[in-house]
Amino acid sequence: MTVTAERPRTTIFKRPSSAYGIWSWLTTVDHKKIGIMYGYAAFSFFIIGGLEALLLRVQLAQANAEFLTAGAYNALFTMHATTMIFLFIMPASAAFMNYLIPLMIGARDVAFPRLNALSWWIFFFGGIFLYSTFVFGTSVAPVGPDGISGNLAAGGGPGSFNWLAASPDGGWFAYQPNAGPFYSPGTAMDYWALGLQIIGLASLVSAVNFIVTIFNMRAKGMRLLRMPVFVWMSTVVAFLLLFSIPIIAVALFMVTFDRQFGTLFFAPVGGGDPILWQHLFWLFGHPEVYILILPAMGIVSEVLPVFSRKPLFGYSAVVFAGAAIGFLGFGVWAHHMLASGITPVAQAAFGLATMTIAIPTGIKIFNWLGTMWGGRLRMTTPMLFAVGFIAMFTIGGLSGVTHAVVPSDWQQTDTYYIVAHLHYVLFGGSVFGLFAGLYYWFPKLTGKMMNSKLGKTHFWLMFIGFNITFAPMHWLGLQGMVRRTWKYAPETGLEPWNVVVTIGAFIIALSVAVFMYNWFHSRRHGVDSGFDPWDARTLEWAIPNPTPEYNFGVSPVISKLDHFWHLKYDQDDEGRAVRKDDADQIIAELEHVGLNPPEPIHLPNPSYFPLLMAAGFPLMFYGIIYHTTAWGKALIVIGAMVALTAVIGWAMEPVEEPHDEPSEERAEEVEAGV
Amino acid sequence: MARSRHRLSRLTALVGTTAFLASCSLIEIQDAPMTTFEPAGPNAERLDGLFWMVFWIATVVFVLVIGAIVVMLFVFRDRGKNDAEEPKQIHGHTRLEVAWTVIPALILAAISVPTVSAVFELTGCDSDSMKVEVVGHQWWFEYHYPAQGIDTANVMVIPAGQEICAVMTSDDVLHNFWIPALHGKRYLVPGQVTLLRLESYEPGEFWGQCAEFCGLSHSLMRARVLAMEPSDFEAWVADQQKPAALPVEGMPEYDGYQVFTNKGCIQCHTVRFDDDSASNIIQREDFNGPDLTHFASRTVFAGASLPEEGESYDAALKKWLADPPNVKPGSFMPNLALTEQEIDDLIVWLGSNK
Repeated sequence: MTVTAERPRTTIFKRPSSAYGIWSWLTTVDHKKIGIMYGYAAFSFFIIGGLEALLLRVQLAQANAEFLTAGAYNALFTMHATTMIFLFIMPASAAFMNYLIPLMIGARDVAFPRLNALSWWIFFFGGIFLYSTFVFGTSVAPVGPDGISGNLAAGGGPGSFNWLAASPDGGWFAYQPNAGPFYSPGTAMDYWALGLQIIGLASLVSAVNFIVTIFNMRAKGMRLLRMPVFVWMSTVVAFLLLFSIPIIAVALFMVTFDRQFGTLFFAPVGGGDPILWQHLFWLFGHPEVYILILPAMGIVSEVLPVFSRKPLFGYSAVVFAGAAIGFLGFGVWAHHMLASGITPVAQAAFGLATMTIAIPTGIKIFNWLGTMWGGRLRMTTPMLFAVGFIAMFTIGGLSGVTHAVVPSDWQQTDTYYIVAHLHYVLFGGSVFGLFAGLYYWFPKLTGKMMNSKLGKTHFWLMFIGFNITFAPMHWLGLQGMVRRTWKYAPETGLEPWNVVVTIGAFIIALSVAVFMYNWFHSRRHGVDSGFDPWDARTLEWAIPNPTPEYNFGVSPVISKLDHFWHLKYDQDDEGRAVRKDDADQIIAELEHVGLNPPEPIHLPNPSYFPLLMAAGFPLMFYGIIYHTTAWGKALIVIGAMVALTAVIGWAMEPVEEPHDEPSEERAEEVEAGV
Repeated sequence: MARSRHRLSRLTALVGTTAFLASCSLIEIQDAPMTTFEPAGPNAERLDGLFWMVFWIATVVFVLVIGAIVVMLFVFRDRGKNDAEEPKQIHGHTRLEVAWTVIPALILAAISVPTVSAVFELTGCDSDSMKVEVVGHQWWFEYHYPAQGIDTANVMVIPAGQEICAVMTSDDVLHNFWIPALHGKRYLVPGQVTLLRLESYEPGEFWGQCAEFCGLSHSLMRARVLAMEPSDFEAWVADQQKPAALPVEGMPEYDGYQVFTNKGCIQCHTVRFDDDSASNIIQREDFNGPDLTHFASRTVFAGASLPEEGESYDAALKKWLADPPNVKPGSFMPNLALTEQEIDDLIVWLGSNK
């Protein structure tokens, strides 16, 4: 820890001021550092969720296999989905939003930097809390309607890895009453419900932060319809979070009350309604699907124009289609429940509403194709992933339409056909999009290029592995393989394709290993990216790589959509792009100004309080799970006091300390650190 | 470099063709009793028709989109020539954009017509169809025939050629009754009643499975539907309505019956005996295991998950009685620590309950 200057003691602690080292990360309020931390955490959870998937696939590679116990299998598919959705794709998207939104709109940081740090730390502690279930959680046999308990054979029955069974096993959808107090006794599902509650809080806080940032912090001249599509999609996602997270928060509180205090909102024995849970869950859960895919759509909308060397085709149509998807996404939730016995009127209405979503989605796909058409396609790694995204997402979208045909969905729902569909959307869609983004913005982060040979190897392995894994699942589902099935009978004839699927899963794992090697190798030994390595269009490339701590040496003034491109290029009479004669000079100036800000820049100071406040939540929530014990009650009080202390300290602490150092010194400090 | 790329593409083509042929043969040789592609009744047939309708429309869209991508990757690829012309900076094309908004909307409108009509026609039952009450339990299906006064489990027997109305509920958590050859899925919801119409054109045995995750042994909660000629069905009903013979001392079944009454099986399982004094020892609403009066008339047991392929009925029954939770994790049927002799006796007695 290096303290660079004495700071006035304005609040409970001395203000932190480390510019590098561990404390700079723990106390940072810099949106870039927060984004990077989100990214690494999300990727770690991706690895964990992937390993869980591999264990599931080994079990399914053989009919009647006894590799995992039933309890371990159920726990693993619950945690695989929970992890991939809440601990990987959402925070990975948050990583991109954090890092990029301020850069793309020409801002120095988000509107509320400390709140941003709070979101991150809440997410981080929420993830740790959820995963601590593997250490502390318990999961036992159900208690039937007559009070008799189910029985477990020694070691949990046939199979192994039963130690994994002591974690949430009610599915990521936690359908009631199976995940309620009687049929999932033990604490594991409490960890699930309260863990998601904490993580949801993080999303809610960052949603508010991003909305305020986007509406208030744009550079001069950056009108709403001059914003990059990624920023637009982030706006839509922020609103989706703002309106959908409260729904799941309420539902999760109800489940927690059912489980902890016997309210029985969802248990028929108490007059509760299990279908009510489904309505609440999917009223959140369907917008959630768009929360997962829209950021990736935003990334692809940035990558395609750059590598096609054309502007995005139908920019405003793509923006409005994204917003339309967001709106419609709130009106289709019951298509997850078409077999639940809801009335034919409701089934027809939700089926039709679901079909309408295909229209804006189609608009996006066709506009992306229009962007590529007639372009000069540079097939770099990010472009490969972006094109792969379009192809795979199209398949996922089309299989989605077959679900909107309600009677057809009665056969497909709860089968592997749905598993195939959702992975084409979330893996072929979201994850391919995120990888496109990682390759594309890697130079922004590090000032280095990722190795393109390894990148392409990664792409092709992943693309082939992905299709070997998920394409046969369509067939398996239509051949009658139900979801969440620990075992299947050999007579069902499902085994051969399951073997193929498992092989595919390991190819995906290999491709991720290639990516990781490439990432860490390129960070050290990658080729210097220089300024604007992709000949890009948006503002984040109009500053040096890696991004200086203060982002922009001089706040930009925007006159057009794709402002940066138009600084470099004119059009000839035919409408073809022509590089301006003085483009190199303009870039050299931008680089100079970016590295040497003409005036001192004041940045928000680091703070301990977001970290401290976030630490209060898991303490309180552990206390709730064990509230019947004395130490459980004590934990609630301690957690509340920690959070409250942080609130007071935070309130008394100014955003920025009085500026007493010249900015050059600060810049040097940063350089030394990075 | 160029040569290795050429070789690579030849290799890819070879591997691709092999994979394609292999996959075709996989599809061909596999007999899949749970498939949705062999509808055996009017309801499932309708669903199958709708699926193929959307499938072909989706295939056309798929070919167009993927085809466009492939064409572009060849035609518009930057081949690294420095003198290549920069592309025209096109920002959009209103007529084109309107077209690809309106055309999909029209296609969807067309799809929605048969969709909505099928939803209304295939939901619920005709009021005069024969009713079978289905009750979901962790992890088996109970069938009750109210008009005939029959209780059975795991195998639902129906007459072919007529509509059956499954009147369904659950005793514990959500379940989902699915016989792919006869109809789509419908949940069993505790505290609520859902309906599912089932009809088979011809006699036959159809496989099914609980499709909604319902706890530890969800995957072992399976079902069979046995459709019979109406006359055979009548005979089956008459058989099922008969009580079981109460074994008396000296009969080979007697020892097994003693195990049944003395080892606690009777706390959960009902058997209706011809001797009224022994029947209905436990009231129906209190028991939570399958009615065993006609146990041996069913080809499968333990949630229709046993016997497994290649396993004899008796061997499977032995495995099951020896340690139920080891076969079906979480099972409400406990391990009663029966001796080999007791299990053999039980099997003899159970086998007599035809």
